[in-house]
Amino acid sequence: MTDTEHKKPKPKKLLFLNRRAPYGCSLPREALDAVLMASAFGQQVTLVFLDDGVFQLKKKQDPADIEMKNLSKTFAALEMYGVNEIYVEQASMQKRGLTLAQLLIPAQFIATQELSLMLEQQDQVLSF
Amino acid sequence: MILHTINRSPFGSSCLQSCLDVAAAGSAIILIEDAVYAALPNTQYTDQIAAALGKHKFYALDPDLKARGIHEATLDGIESVDYDGFVALCTEFSKVVSWY
Amino acid sequence: MLVIDGHSIATDKEGYLKNLNDWSKPVAEAIALQEHITLTHQHWEIIELLQGFYQEFEISPAMRVLVKAVGQQLGKDKGRSIYLMGSFSESPAKLASKIAGLPKPTNCL
Repeated sequence: MTDTEHKKPKPKKLLFLNRRAPYGCSLPREALDAVLMASAFGQQVTLVFLDDGVFQLKKKQDPADIEMKNLSKTFAALEMYGVNEIYVEQASMQKRGLTLAQLLIPAQFIATQELSLMLEQQDQVLSF
Repeated sequence: MILHTINRSPFGSSCLQSCLDVAAAGSAIILIEDAVYAALPNTQYTDQIAAALGKHKFYALDPDLKARGIHEATLDGIESVDYDGFVALCTEFSKVVSWY
Repeated sequence: MLVIDGHSIATDKEGYLKNLNDWSKPVAEAIALQEHITLTHQHWEIIELLQGFYQEFEISPAMRVLVKAVGQQLGKDKGRSIYLMGSFSESPAKLASKIAGLPKPTNCL
C-alpha cells in the first residue's frame, strides 16, 4: 500500500433527502449539484425522494416557458456519476397518483419504515 | 366577483384547502406555480376538487403545467390558460385574492 | 473579455464565456491561446465530446466522469487522466470546459 492510499479517507455514506417540488424553489437544483459533487469525490451516495420531492422525477418536464433550467436532463447524468441508489417513498407516490413508470430514471420504492432504518445506517443525512 | 390564485402545492401547504373553504360559489380559482399539482388525477385531492368544480370555474397556468410534466393529463374541467389568458382573467374579475 | 475580429465577447473573472452562444472555433482558439495551448485534433475531439455531454445533461462533467465518457466514446487509451492532462494541463475538466465554451464543472470547488 502506498502512502497516498493509506491517507485517503474512507468514503462516507451520504443520504440526500429531497422533499420539494422541482421548480418552486432552488433547493432541488442545489441538492442535485451537491449529489454530483459528492459522487465525483467518491462518496457513497443514496438519493431519496419524499413528499413533493417525488415530483422532481416526473417525466416530460419542460420549464422553458418559465425560463428555468430543466432538472430532468441532469438527473439523467446520475448514472454516469455512478449514483444508482435512488428511492421514492411509496406513500408519497400514492398520494400524488404517481407510478414508477411515470418517472424519468429507474428508482425503487421504499416504505416509510425502511426509510427510517436507512437514515440510521448513514454517516450523514442531508436534507433539501 | 373574485379570482383566487393559489401557488403552493396542495400536498405541502393548506393554501388549496383554505381557499376551497373560503371561496364563495361562483368565484374562480387559478392554479399557478406548484399549485398546478392539484390538477393531477388520482391524488388524495381529486375527489374534493371534482366536487368543487360545480361551485367554481378552475384554471391552471399552462407554462407551469408544462414545466412540471403534467400538462398532458389534468383533471377534466380544469381549463389551462397561458400568460395572456391569466392577465385577461385578472382584468375580468373585480378582485384578485392570492393564497401563498 | 475576449476580442475576436473586432467583436468583444464577455467572460467571467476566470475566463469562462458568460453566454454559451458566443462560442465559435476562433473563440475556442483564443481561449486556448491564453492558456498557452495550440488546439490539435486531440483537443477538438475532447471539446466536441464535452459539448455533446453538455447538450445531453446540461452540466460540464467532473474529472472522473470526463475520463469515463472519453473512455466510452474515444477508446480506453484516451480514457485516462494522464492522457487528458497531457492535452489540457493539470486540470483538464476545468480547462477543456472553458475552451468548449461551457460553464465550469459544478462539482469543481
